[in-house]
Amino acid sequence: MKLNDEEQDILGGKFGALPQLALQHQIQVGEFFGAADFVPVAQAHIMADTESLGEAGVRWLERLATTTDGQRQVRIPTITDPRGTDFAKADFLGHTKTMLDLERRAIVAFVTLGVTMTDTCINYQTIQAPMPNEHAAFGDTGVVIFSNSVCAARSNFEGGPSALAAGLTGRTPRYGFHLAEQRRATLHVHVDFTPGTLNEWGALGAVIGRIAGNYWAVPVIEGIVDTPRSDQLKHFGAAMASFGSTAMFHIVGHTPEARQLSDVASGDLPRHRVTRAAIEELQRSYLGDKRVDVVVFSAPQLSLYELRDLAQICAGRRFTVPLLAVTSPQVKPDCDRMGYTARIEEAGGTVLAGMCFYQSYAREIAEAKGWHRLATNSAKLVNILGGYGYRPMLASMEACVDAAVSGTLT
Amino acid sequence: MTTRKFRARHAMGRIVRGPALVAHDGFSARYDLDRAAGIFTRPAHKLVGQSYVGRILVLDTAKGGVATAWMLHEMTSRGIVPLALVFNSVNPILAQGAALGDVPMLAGFDLDITAAIPDGAGVEVNPQRGVLSILD
Repeated sequence: MKLNDEEQDILGGKFGALPQLALQHQIQVGEFFGAADFVPVAQAHIMADTESLGEAGVRWLERLATTTDGQRQVRIPTITDPRGTDFAKADFLGHTKTMLDLERRAIVAFVTLGVTMTDTCINYQTIQAPMPNEHAAFGDTGVVIFSNSVCAARSNFEGGPSALAAGLTGRTPRYGFHLAEQRRATLHVHVDFTPGTLNEWGALGAVIGRIAGNYWAVPVIEGIVDTPRSDQLKHFGAAMASFGSTAMFHIVGHTPEARQLSDVASGDLPRHRVTRAAIEELQRSYLGDKRVDVVVFSAPQLSLYELRDLAQICAGRRFTVPLLAVTSPQVKPDCDRMGYTARIEEAGGTVLAGMCFYQSYAREIAEAKGWHRLATNSAKLVNILGGYGYRPMLASMEACVDAAVSGTLT
Repeated sequence: MTTRKFRARHAMGRIVRGPALVAHDGFSARYDLDRAAGIFTRPAHKLVGQSYVGRILVLDTAKGGVATAWMLHEMTSRGIVPLALVFNSVNPILAQGAALGDVPMLAGFDLDITAAIPDGAGVEVNPQRGVLSILD
């Protein structure tokens, strides 16, 4: 990789061991992908729940945090993805002292490194959406696909170590979605319906993600009639990224880089058609035993509007199985203030903040609580939880709430 | 004696030799594995029930989220980790995770590498030359 004078100085240790180590890591990754040079980034977002970090990852962070020479903190706004627990509800979740101690140690290390603990995977709705053409180093695949596709910002998937490295150096290797040529469509998908509910948007994202199949594929979608809302594209993108490892999509006439098909596509692209039957089949494929042990709304964290809708559906109901709704620490105070939390919890539900269900020791929760058959309106969540010993089922928010009342998903 | 060689466009890490564990399927450390036991647990995965410890994983592509970037490091710290990763294509997360976790990796071949390598074959991963070899 070509390094400018400042990068040569960072690599030579002029600014201390931390940015030096960070740049070495970035060069290793950049050269693997053939990056020509670095690009400055305006913000970074770190996925670092302690289930992923483990003891080894937390020790690694603590070693970085005890560095005493040179630059000791991040250079640019650097924020965090959900944590591994909601400390206020840790007992309810069955989280152990060991888990909580590890979480506290990670937080201390991050704060020492100058990281801002936002604990959210919906920073584009709650903290600060990136500007068009802004280069960023975002973790959480849902954040990246939304930022690339809907905000026209430029980010690759940056795992925790790489996002932290970008925070420390203020730059990232220029490859992948930082380059204009990588952002052009590689496949064309015609959709003959416009989804309505969030689970339908997620299911459509899942189906298209499976077709796209890998990180470097960029679907361009035609046939969506009404302008999608932020929450709809949140579920659509998060599911596409989860099922396909996809980092960018275009919807002709709706997303900013694809006012018309020719803006992002040239020549003959592979063509696919997705019907409503395909998303119904995807949802049916997860239905087994319709009894449910728990209902979870999470992945991504819920917006204030989603919680408003949920509160309206929960009003006056009485749950027979637990119902969890997970949001960000920024949204939770408003959820409380508007009375949504009270309405959900009076029905027997629990509103959690600062975590996300699958990033919070989901396997251990299943064992501690005896939860296996799980209903959700998140296509991303059903995709992940199969590997965690759950039997996840995908349905609408209304059907999930009904299941929390009756114990059966109908 | 080496019988067949396959050149990779992307390479990282040390030279290692070991038995290949092969499937035309994806890979995510969070979605697919019981990392404590060192086995594939995702029911729909073609390697479900099989141990990846000490094996050279030969798979199609990276799937899922960003957690693999931390998890390979954590798996390496306990020694419950694949010996190397060989993929038709990878995403940045897998490359970042392999770099932090010191897991050798090759990716990007001119053919479907999962069809070219027999399951259980002895193979050598040579990132310095960017070559995967089947050993006799």
